[in-house]
Amino acid sequence: MTTIPLRRSPAVRVGLSVAVATGLYGVSFGALSVASGLDVWQTCVLSLVLFSGGSQFAFVGVVGGGGAGAAAAGAAALLGVRNAVYGMQIAALLRPRGWRRPLAAHVTIDESLATSTAQTDPVEQRRAFWVTGVGVFVLWNLFTLVGALAGDALGDPRRWGLDGAAVAAFLGLLWPRLRGREAGAVAVACALATVLVVPVVPPGLPVIVAAVVAVGAGVLSARRGSPAAEGEGLEPDVEPGAGGGLGADGGPGAGRDGADRGGAGRDGARREGPGREGVGRNGEDRS
Amino acid sequence: MTLWGWIVVACVAAYVTKLLGHLVPAAWLEDPRVARIAGTLTIGLLASLTVTNTVSSGQELVLDARLGALAAAAVALWLRAPFLVVVVVGALAAAGLRLLGLP
Repeated sequence: MTTIPLRRSPAVRVGLSVAVATGLYGVSFGALSVASGLDVWQTCVLSLVLFSGGSQFAFVGVVGGGGAGAAAAGAAALLGVRNAVYGMQIAALLRPRGWRRPLAAHVTIDESLATSTAQTDPVEQRRAFWVTGVGVFVLWNLFTLVGALAGDALGDPRRWGLDGAAVAAFLGLLWPRLRGREAGAVAVACALATVLVVPVVPPGLPVIVAAVVAVGAGVLSARRGSPAAEGEGLEPDVEPGAGGGLGADGGPGAGRDGADRGGAGRDGARREGPGREGVGRNGEDRS
Repeated sequence: MTLWGWIVVACVAAYVTKLLGHLVPAAWLEDPRVARIAGTLTIGLLASLTVTNTVSSGQELVLDARLGALAAAAVALWLRAPFLVVVVVGALAAAGLRLLGLP
């Protein structure tokens, strides 16, 4: 297989467009973070070092709701658990070595996993991972700063509906994962548990209670081993909220177990960003 | 501990989690149960965060303009709007409903 020149590489093109789309919504994170009471420095440190969108939104969401720092850190850490699974897949796929390893770990996020596993050529996989990971990192941080400075200048966040923006952001992160009955059931159960415990536990803790319910649901479903649940909800968010329907062809059982040990693209291809190369790669065996 | 302290804790936890995935023998995490629990955990946390940000105010349950923001965001997502548009729609709905006099 000849290597595609860098300029015509679909992986690079996809990576860049995902980086721009994701980077742009760093604006909403920056604005929400300062509206939640963090300062501009704290906001930027979260984007630079924590660097995982869902965890960052969780941290400022808990703080903004009056929760303790411990609950905020706990929610952020738990939301980051999926990144360990992504890291394992990236390690198997690209085998980064030496100084690249700690760097690759830092840019292991929803977007870089999805774009790299959507490619079939090893060179393209590597390009997709790095272009997306580094591209998202640079733009996400740039736009976080823009959003933080703009949010600081806005004054009362409620007047501008920024609390509504936070609600929309969390729903937007959740939406693409709600495919299949089991995912919906877990979401409803955790939402109900949250509503029930809000009046009785300190702010911030309802999220942790929901996490316990979610783990319980995961353990139960693993024990039952229903094939329809394979990999459900683990798909990375390339374009959170962009419809979730792009090439959503990974029918039942197209999850992790379908992937060969060599670590070829699981179902990451399912909702690969711009949607061109994404369709119909599931279960492809490349060992 | 100060907020800065918890930010550092969250940052360290996030990086260690990512690095762990890169360093542990693949077989440890290849257990499908691990993937499944990571999946339900993510869904459950996001659902809970959506709800707390919509109806909680400290330790109270409150119905206000944020509920309108949730509905508007759901419609935008249904129509396959991109994430940034969804967020703006949520903000506009909350701000608009407050202009109309809702709390």
